[in-house]
This record gives sequence, structure tokens and C-alpha cells, in this order.
Amino acid sequence: MQRRILAGDRLIAAFLVGCVLFNYPVLSLFDRNSEVFEIPLIYAYVFVAWAFVIALMAWAVERRVR
Amino acid sequence: MLEAPVVVAAALFYLGLLFAVAWWGDRRADQGKSIIANPTIYALSMAVYCTTWTFYGSVGRAAVSGIGFLPVYLGPTLVMALGWFVLLKMIRIVKANRITSIADFISSRYGKSHLLGGLVTIIAVVGIIPYIALQLKAMSGTVSLLLSYPEIVMPSRSATMSVAADMSFYIALILAAFTIVFGTRHLDATERHEGMVAAIALESGVKLVAFLAVGVFVTYGLYDGFGDIFEHLATHPELRHLMTAIPSGQGYTGWFSLILLSGLAVLFLPRQFQVAVVENVNEAHLKRAAWLFPLYLLLINIFVLPIALGGLLHFSGQGVDADTFVLTLPMSQRHEGLALLVFIGGLSAGTGMVIVETIALSTMVCNDLVMPLLLRHKRQSLDESKDLSGVLLGIRRGAIVGILLLGYLYFRLAGEAYALVAIGLISFSAVAQFAPAMIGGMYWRGGTRGGALAGLSAGFLIWGYTLLLPSFAKSGWLPAAFLTQGIFGIDLLRPQQLFGLTGLDEISHCLFWSLLANIGAYVGVSLLRPPMVAEATQATVFVDALKDTGKLGAVLWRGRAKVSDLQELVGRFLGPARAQSAFAAYARRQGRGKLVTLEADAQLVQFAESLLAGAIGSASARVMVASVAKEEPLSIDEVMHILDEASQLRTYSRELERKSRELTAATLELQEANERLQELDRVKDDIMSSVTHELRTPLTSIRAFSELLRDDPKMHLADRERFLGLIVSEAERLSRLINQTLDLAKIESGRADWNGCELDLKEVVEQSLAATSQLFREKDAHVDLDLPDNLPLILADRDRLIQVMLNLLSNAAKFLVQGAGRVSVKLRVLADALEVSVSDNGPGIRPEDQELIFEKFRQVGDTMTAKPAGTGLGLPISRRIVEHFGGRLWVESVPGEGATFRFTLPFADAQVEEAAVA
Repeated sequence: MQRRILAGDRLIAAFLVGCVLFNYPVLSLFDRNSEVFEIPLIYAYVFVAWAFVIALMAWAVERRVR
Repeated sequence: MLEAPVVVAAALFYLGLLFAVAWWGDRRADQGKSIIANPTIYALSMAVYCTTWTFYGSVGRAAVSGIGFLPVYLGPTLVMALGWFVLLKMIRIVKANRITSIADFISSRYGKSHLLGGLVTIIAVVGIIPYIALQLKAMSGTVSLLLSYPEIVMPSRSATMSVAADMSFYIALILAAFTIVFGTRHLDATERHEGMVAAIALESGVKLVAFLAVGVFVTYGLYDGFGDIFEHLATHPELRHLMTAIPSGQGYTGWFSLILLSGLAVLFLPRQFQVAVVENVNEAHLKRAAWLFPLYLLLINIFVLPIALGGLLHFSGQGVDADTFVLTLPMSQRHEGLALLVFIGGLSAGTGMVIVETIALSTMVCNDLVMPLLLRHKRQSLDESKDLSGVLLGIRRGAIVGILLLGYLYFRLAGEAYALVAIGLISFSAVAQFAPAMIGGMYWRGGTRGGALAGLSAGFLIWGYTLLLPSFAKSGWLPAAFLTQGIFGIDLLRPQQLFGLTGLDEISHCLFWSLLANIGAYVGVSLLRPPMVAEATQATVFVDALKDTGKLGAVLWRGRAKVSDLQELVGRFLGPARAQSAFAAYARRQGRGKLVTLEADAQLVQFAESLLAGAIGSASARVMVASVAKEEPLSIDEVMHILDEASQLRTYSRELERKSRELTAATLELQEANERLQELDRVKDDIMSSVTHELRTPLTSIRAFSELLRDDPKMHLADRERFLGLIVSEAERLSRLINQTLDLAKIESGRADWNGCELDLKEVVEQSLAATSQLFREKDAHVDLDLPDNLPLILADRDRLIQVMLNLLSNAAKFLVQGAGRVSVKLRVLADALEVSVSDNGPGIRPEDQELIFEKFRQVGDTMTAKPAGTGLGLPISRRIVEHFGGRLWVESVPGEGATFRFTLPFADAQVEEAAVA
């Protein structure tokens, strides 16, 4: 039961992190005319943030709670 | 290889393959060996979310608004994080109540209302039709593109052709036929289609592979990686805006609305509800799917922007529709194989969506629209028919054809004016209207039928007015003045600037007004009056779905029904054979061989109703069951009373469970304590009998010798002295025994006096040797000493330690052979302790006796022949002394080669440290 509660809390945390990362105003911080590794910043940012949120979710549900 | 026959053959072959997979999946399901009981398959089936909108339309969207194509995939990602809660609850509700569609879900929640189910069905059908049109548009567009190969000719407007010459019409018909074969071959009480899910999962795999293949081809074949494409962009300043301002054309508000909209759509699109909730095999699969499905979305989107930019750069100024770049780029490079793969991928995306969506919609149309109408108006003929399952299948098949034809109609009317994504968003906005009634229904007990009806109607009307009708106006089927001047020329009612609201894109605009009206009406009307009986019951069933409410429905039914009537009723809709086997299975589960009773109990009525609900929807099932059973209506007070009682019962039972667990634990402890006590008691008895026995032996000798002396006054002096000597030594033994017994008792009870101080162990050993030297001299034994100097100090009681040493040394002396004995005493420094060993070359101790000798009054050796030479308490006392100071005492011995007693004592400073830590 404990384990379920913890995994659930982690998923909610991932949801909230995603809500912040994917929306204004954090998003606007990256809406600039610059590039990382020749890729436009906003494009790179959205995909990295997206992958990060997915990784968080995977961690939340797959990890065994000790 | 892109000639018409090849393309058609490839398409047909692929559809055939899908059908084979579906057939196989169904067969395995019938055998109980499900091929979809796997979280990865479940996640892949959810990817039916990605339709031709994603496959072709995303690129088109990206070519206009840069990363504006992305929010519709970020929304589902976020929702999947919450899916563990929301989807889990939906799955539980659906499984417990045999719900088969969203319409059924909402109708069931608000008191099994026919009206509500019908309304939801109408909204779903009308709302989804543009979405189906989108698939037809994409699929027919790609077919005609391929057929014009090697030229790249944009498809001509369908609206100008006759229906008979329009390919999209035939595609719609083929899809209808295919879906009918797929989804409505037989009627299932649970409305689950394992084969279909397997085929959908396969399609998801195919479309991902196809899209990634094009992506890699464009990014690394046409260009030299991501960086290269973006570099080329620098030479086209007119395209730079795609890369910076994210929300070009939509603003951050638009971005946010799309995330919200897609998040709601992924829960409430009929096909998503079908695959994620109705077709769910095991709720544990949700966990893996929670991140696998978003990962799928991420993968299928990585190459969207490169393809869009590649297409824009490549076809600059040639009038190629960006929605077709995925196909036209490989075609323009003469990559025929890749083009065919893309076509198959697009076919996967389109057919997958159409199949699941129309099956889900047809179930709704049948259960929540047509059945209720038939029940109301054709009751007579329904009651006469013995087996209606054929009728049900017929209705569903008709619905499938009807829905696809409506999709075709919309495509003809409005499809040309919009890009793919824009059409899809119209549908998304329609299904978002289900959110208040669905979410409210799952978490709020106060929602009523009236509230849901009002909310849904308000939202649907505003959606129609602000999105659907404008789409007709833009295609020229309604006067353009409708858009610019509002209805009847009322400026405030301009559909896309309703009440003068400007500054929002059309989707955000519609979403704001429709959800505002929807939520407002839902909550407002719900608050007008308290829930009625049926609403309150269902509210509890839904809101408490994650708690144990399994029997609630049965608790709330009171009446009389005959088993045979119920079975016949179920048989009319599911077929008599299926009903027969379902009832038999139920009887087996209940532990009864047969349902012999004529009267059905509440639980059986509930079971029959849920069986029916799977086939004809919960509202119709309620009506049908009520028609064969004599039911006594319950008043709202009674229902509330029962519900309260049920929840109180649940609390009590939880409390009871906790108490009983505690009780079990306490009983166990008591048992252990009791056993310990008994054991102690037994030990005490043992000791008492040992002690009395040990005491009696010397007493008997003393008495015997004393009597001899008394009875024989003429005894020789030498004998007299010998006897007196024996009496004295026996008396000494007796007092020693008593002393040691008292000593041991004191140690064991913890009342012994210990005078711990820091000692030099070597000094103690030497002192003990000096005291026992006489013993060894008497035996003429040789004593070896190995006692190094400058040893660390230990913490112990000097006198007690001498007692231990004396005991070990005298023991050693006792077992030495006269004249040939050797004893060695050694002192060694270990890591954190000193070790003393006393070895002799006596007879040694058998392995099985090596622990026994440390028990009280245990003297080993042949007690029958040899008279025991000690009290049997020396070693137990020694061991307790050593252990008291944190050391260990043990023996090592090989019989025949002597024995070595060793004990350790920790350094004084180590002990101090330990004490400090403790």
C-alpha cells in the first residue's frame, strides 16, 4: 500500500513539473533566437523537457520502492 | 512500382494481414490465451491516438506554425501522469458495471438515463464526423498522389466531381466493410475485441516505423542531419519565424488550450475510451503504458520539423501542400519503396482510427440511441422475438456504414477549406464537452441528471455555433456574412468573436465559451435540487469505485423475479446459448451446481442486468430487467440510509479487520511468552533435581563413613584416619557445591557483585598458575607458557577472572595422565581482544559433548565407571563470567589428542568506546 501511494505521489509530481515546463512563462524563457548544437533553442528545449517528464514518469512507476 | 495495381494490391494485402492478426487474436482470446495481455501492446493500442492527423497533418501544421504541432502531444503526456488515478478509476467503474462506451458511462452515472445516453451519442457522432472526414481526406489524397506518380499533382477538389467518380466515396465504403468484418462479427456481453486491439497495436508499430523511415531519409538522406537543415534555413529568412516565436499564430493562450484540449481528448475520445478503458485487460498495464505511450508520441514527433522544413525548402514555390510532404518528399526523389511504405503507414494511421472510432460509435448508437427508441416504440415486436442478437448486430453494422457516409458528407461539404489538423481540432473540442460530466461524475456526488443534460447541451450548442457552423461557412455552404456579421446581423453574436471576445484563436475561443457554459450549467443545475434515488445510488457506485462497493447494486434492489424469466430475457439479446452458459458460470461461481431456485436474489438480478448492460446499454438493461421483475421502489430516505449503512459497514469492517489483526499478534506473543515460561519452569525443575541429586551424593558418603566410625569403636587407627579424611573431603566438596550453586544463581539472576577494573591479563594468568602449580607438580606434568609482555589492558573483575583461570587449569590437571602430562598456557593479541588458551594432552572431548560440558551439572565421560571429579558447575560459571565482560569461552578438541579451552576478553578501551556509543 505504501508503495502505491509513493508511486502515485511521484506521478502527480511529474504532472506538475510537466505543467510548469510546458507552459508560459517558463516556455517563454527559451523562446529566443539562439541555438544549441545548431538546433533552435525552443525546439531543443521542448523535446528535452518532454523526455525529462517521460523519464520521471518511468522512474515513478518502474522503480521498486525499498 | 507505384502503378495502380501494385498500390491497390499492397493496400489489400496489408488489410488482409490486419484481418489475419485480428482473427488470430480473437481465436487466442477464445482459448483463454490472450495475446494482448501485455503492457506494451496496451500502450501501442493507445497510440491509435496518432491518426493521419499525426502522420501527414503534423508536418503540415509545423510548416505553418513551427513547433505549434506539439501541444497536442504534450497534453496526453501530462494526462498519462494522472492516468494512474483517472484511468484506473474509469477502468474499475467500467468493469464493475459492464459499461461499454462513454455514452453508457455518463448515462449510467446519472441514474441510467436514456435521454442522457442519447444526447452523449449524438454529440459523439456529430463531433467525431469531422475527424473521420479527416481520415478520408488524407487517405484519398495520398492514393491519388501515388497514382499520379511520377508527377506530383495535388488532388483535385472532390466537391466538383460526382460521387460515383470520387475515390474517397469508395474508400469510405471499403472502410465500412472492413470495420464491420472486424468489429461486429459476433456479439459479446463485455464488448471487448481482443483481435481488433492486436491489429491496432500492429498498426501503431507500422506507422511509427514508416514515419521514422521518412524522417531518417529526409534528415540524413536529403540533408546532412538536423544541424544541416537548420543551417539551410538561414538562407530563407521568410521561414525563420518558424524557429523562434513558438506560438506563431496562436499565442501562449492557444498553446495552453491545445494542451488542455488534447489532454481531455485522450481521455474522452470514443476510441481512446475504447482501447484504454473498455479493452483494458489488466489494470496493472496502466503503469507501463503511463510512460510508454508518451514515449511513442515523442518518437513519432522527432522528425516532424525536419520533414516540414525539408519540404518547404525542397518544394519552395511549387504549390505542394505541406500536409503531403511525408509522401511527396520520397516521391520526388524517386524512392518508390519508401513512398509505398509511407502509404502503408498512412493507411495504418487512418484505418486504425476509423476502425476503433466507428466500432465505439456504433456501440453507442445501438445501445444508447436505437435500443431506447425501439424499447419505447416497438416494444411489442421486441417482446415477441426470442433472439434479438441478430437485430443488435444489424443495428451496429448499419451505424458503421452511416457514420462513415456522414464522414464522407462532411468531407465533401467542408473538408477542402481546412488543413488536416484544423479539422481534427474541431472534433477534439466536441469531445472535450464530455469532461465536466465525466470528471464531475467520478469525483462529485452532487452531479445530477439535469445538470449533466444542461451542461452537455450548452457546451455542444456553443461548440456547434463557434466551430462547426463556421467550418461550413468557410467552405461556402453557409453565407460568409454569418462569420463576419453574426447571425441575423447581430454583431455580438459573431460566431468566432462571441460577445465581442477577440484576441483568441478559434479553438481557444470555442473552448473558453463552451466549457464555461458547460461547467456553469452542469454545476448550476445540479445544485438546484438534491440527487434522486437512482442518481444517489449511481453516484456512490462511481465515486467510491476505488473502494469496495462490489455488492452495492445488489443491496439497493428489492423485489421479486424468476430465474427463468431473467435467463430468457438475457437470452433474447445475447442468444439463448450464451445466456445459458453465462448463468451456469454464475452458479458455479456461487458454489451451486445449478440455479434450481425459482426466485432470484438481488445479486442474480444485478448479474443479469450487468450482462444485458454489455449488450444494450445500462439504461435499456434497467428498463428490460424492471419489465420482468416485480420491483418495490425505494424512497430516497431508504437509499440514503442504506448507502450510509454500507459506508459505515465498510468502516466497521476495516476497524474489525485491524482489531483482529492486533488480536492475532497479541495471541501469538502470549503463546510465545507461555512457552518461554514453561521452558523456564522445566529448567528450574531440572536444576532442583540435579542439585538435590548432587548434594545427596557427598551427604550419603559422609553419613556412611560416620556410621561406620560410630558402629565400630574398635576400628584401627589407620582406617579411622582414612575415613575421617574422606568425611572431611566430602564435606569440603559439599560446601564447594553449595557455594557454586549460590554463585551461579546470583550470576544468573543478575545479583552478583562485579568489581570491574582495568587489568593486566598476564598478571592474572601468572597468579592463577602459581596457585595451581601444586596440582601439576602432583601429576608430574610439564607446563609450557607463552605469555608476551606489554599487553593491552582489559576490563574485568580480578577475582572472578582468577576463578575462571583456576577452573580451566584445574580441569586440565584433572585429565592429565600421571607422569606424561603436558599443559600449555598461551596469551595472544587479537584485533580487538586478548585470547587465553589452556591446552592439555588428556583424553579430549567428543564433538557432541563440546557444548554439553558448558551446561549445568553435565559432566561428560563415562559416568558409570568413573566417579565425577568436579561439581559440574565450574565451566558454566566460567562461561558466564567471561560473557559478562564481553568475551567468549569455548573448547576445541580432537578426542584422544587433548583439549584446548580458549576465552577472549575485549580491550578495555574498546569496551569504553562501545559504552560511549550505546
